[in-house]
Amino acid sequence: MELNPPLEIDKALLKKRNAAETRFKLYGLAAVLTAVLVLGLLLTSIVSKGYTAFEQTYILLDVRLDQATIDPKGTGRQEDLAAASYRGILRDALKEQFPEAESRNEKRSLYGLVGSAAEYDLRNAVLENPKLVGTTATIAVKASDDVDSYIKGFIPRDVPQSDRKIKDQELGWLDTLEADDRVIKKFNIDFFTHADSREPEEAGILGAVIGSLYTLAITLALCFPIGVLTAIYLEEFAPRNRWTDIIEVNINNLAAVPSIVFGLLGLAIFLNFFGLPRSAPLVGGMVLALMTLPTIIIASRAALKAVPPSIREAALGMGASRMQTVFHHVFPLAMPGILTGTILGMAQALGETAPLLMIGMVAFIADIPGSINDAATVLPVQIFLWADSPERGFVEKTSAAIMVLLAFLVVMNAIAVLLRKRFERRW
Amino acid sequence: MIKKVLTATALAGMMVAIAGAAQARDQIRIVGSSTVFPFSTTVAETFGKTTGFKTPVVESTGSGGGMKLFCAGVGVEHPDITNASRRIKSSEYEDCTKNGVSITEVKIGFDGIVLANSKASERFELTLQQVFMALAKQVPVDGKLVDNPYQKWSDIDPSLPDSKIEVLGPPPTSGTRDAFVELAMEGGAKKFDSLADLRKSDKKAFAAVAHTIREDGAYIEAGENDNLIIQKLEANPKALGIFGFSFLDQNADKIQGSIIEQTEPTFDNIASGDYGVSRSLYFYVKKEHVGSVPGIAEFVKAFTSEDAWGDEGYLADKGLIPLPAKERDIIGNAAQGLEQLSM
Repeated sequence: MELNPPLEIDKALLKKRNAAETRFKLYGLAAVLTAVLVLGLLLTSIVSKGYTAFEQTYILLDVRLDQATIDPKGTGRQEDLAAASYRGILRDALKEQFPEAESRNEKRSLYGLVGSAAEYDLRNAVLENPKLVGTTATIAVKASDDVDSYIKGFIPRDVPQSDRKIKDQELGWLDTLEADDRVIKKFNIDFFTHADSREPEEAGILGAVIGSLYTLAITLALCFPIGVLTAIYLEEFAPRNRWTDIIEVNINNLAAVPSIVFGLLGLAIFLNFFGLPRSAPLVGGMVLALMTLPTIIIASRAALKAVPPSIREAALGMGASRMQTVFHHVFPLAMPGILTGTILGMAQALGETAPLLMIGMVAFIADIPGSINDAATVLPVQIFLWADSPERGFVEKTSAAIMVLLAFLVVMNAIAVLLRKRFERRW
Repeated sequence: MIKKVLTATALAGMMVAIAGAAQARDQIRIVGSSTVFPFSTTVAETFGKTTGFKTPVVESTGSGGGMKLFCAGVGVEHPDITNASRRIKSSEYEDCTKNGVSITEVKIGFDGIVLANSKASERFELTLQQVFMALAKQVPVDGKLVDNPYQKWSDIDPSLPDSKIEVLGPPPTSGTRDAFVELAMEGGAKKFDSLADLRKSDKKAFAAVAHTIREDGAYIEAGENDNLIIQKLEANPKALGIFGFSFLDQNADKIQGSIIEQTEPTFDNIASGDYGVSRSLYFYVKKEHVGSVPGIAEFVKAFTSEDAWGDEGYLADKGLIPLPAKERDIIGNAAQGLEQLSM
């Protein structure tokens, strides 16, 4: 037992080492907690600002739908019903509700209670139920963005009239309507079925979602086959020499190139040289494919590398050709890893704005794109455009659009994790 | 095999797309200033809804970027209209002419630039000279140019609050910054006799002094997003912010515009020209495209109709400050007749 004496000295050292370890654990925990806290703050701020956008304020109006004004010939055909002037009918209904509005300005603010497209709410109600013609029906029409903001509590009452978007008289009208239970909130379906608009109550994200889908489809169609074939060639077939080394270094460097550079490249080559249309998902997808290629190549190579050499040797030993070895054995085993890499690359492309700036996808587009050549915008660009709009109503839309984008990203990442969990094999 | 099919499909898809892209365009393309963007898009949307034409695509590229694209040439790959928050420069005009582009100029209204702070603080009352003294990199003290010594507003004038000078504004790439420097800073610099003399003798040296904003932290570049500046003003009641009038208009419950040269930035004061820090907004039409891209003439007509740019038109609701009725009449007629601009 000669070892005993030095133990006394070691105790002090041990204490010190243990303390260092405890401290290090605490630092790590603090770092994790900070990250979680910041993320939580971010999500809370987005959700608390944005959840109101999923509801829209409607005003219930008693509308007199005279046969003579809507369908004088009494045909009852949809075209005839659609062609009637619902703007006038709507204004009459408002005037009937509040006959005290007489001057031009008063009438202007009275008509301003309902949204600029409220007449279409009325028209759709009639088209859905033609029996309403000839009766006085209670119909819900969209409130204007200012009224909507007020009802949701974003416009304070207690400030001087000149500082409010909703004036005293309008407040009075709204109070009357509220007392009659004529102000209701409904799920804002238009947010998911409309494209962009300058009127916050009309604006929706469908245009941007479709634009994103077209763009990602092009990106996937281009960079998946090219990326995977490049990875297979480099990993399984290419000889190891100076040229393949140079290619490898360049691919790794490309993965770190700032995305705006790919936008400039797209502008110079796809737009100026090939003369492809501006703002089109086709070009957007091609630019994003360039950006995503290195990610996919690197992920695919890593996945191929992870397949143990014994698989290849066994296949070759059984007399398979190199191509058979790769496509019958190595590639299927590497597939989950390749797909995971691809999905992560796609998620990155979905969130990208900078390169699209250069090729004209930062634009106001009121139509839902019908093909990859139509002008379109994408989700993150839509968020950027709304964040920059002066109208108060776009503040909640911005946060709501961020929530939709995050939902897409979470779903894509969840699929990636699921694929890895289900199909990945460990050796 | 699957790979082969995929690659082939992708290639075929691209061929079809490229062939399709070469066809004529049936949709107006508009580029240019981010200040005019909210107005241009509103007209575009209404135009798309009320006429049989497709809704024009409006891109926000900045005035300078828009001019570059617009003047690049004639043909469907180039835009038809560009918006600008300043008049076209002679260099840009030459560029356009060289590329065979002839232009119609349409002035659409005014935009005021405001200095505003949170309602939690006192409203500022400033002269242009004080604005210059607060924000210039170099200011004349006892007839000599020195690096800006003023740290607090009360250093400039005892009547101003005893708080640090803190102004949030746009970066140099922004048109709002250009206009602010030209109207407010230059206007203030001219009030100094020594600088006024310099302006007569050496224009370039004067511009260098008048247009250079201090970089010691008193002026904070807050990015191009005006909503962001407003949020920061709410959080920091001591700070002032610089942005366009439409943002003040939309947020009048939170912030107040400073009184400059005894004039408050209100709709009426800007429209009448009493409020000095305001600029004109324009759009430019490519005459060669009228007729080949459908709807351009009708779009110009829609933009210059009383419903849109009039005193009570929908653009006024969006914050555009209309031209005087007489000027609207003259410019509207010239625009609808597609009168050619010459410089």
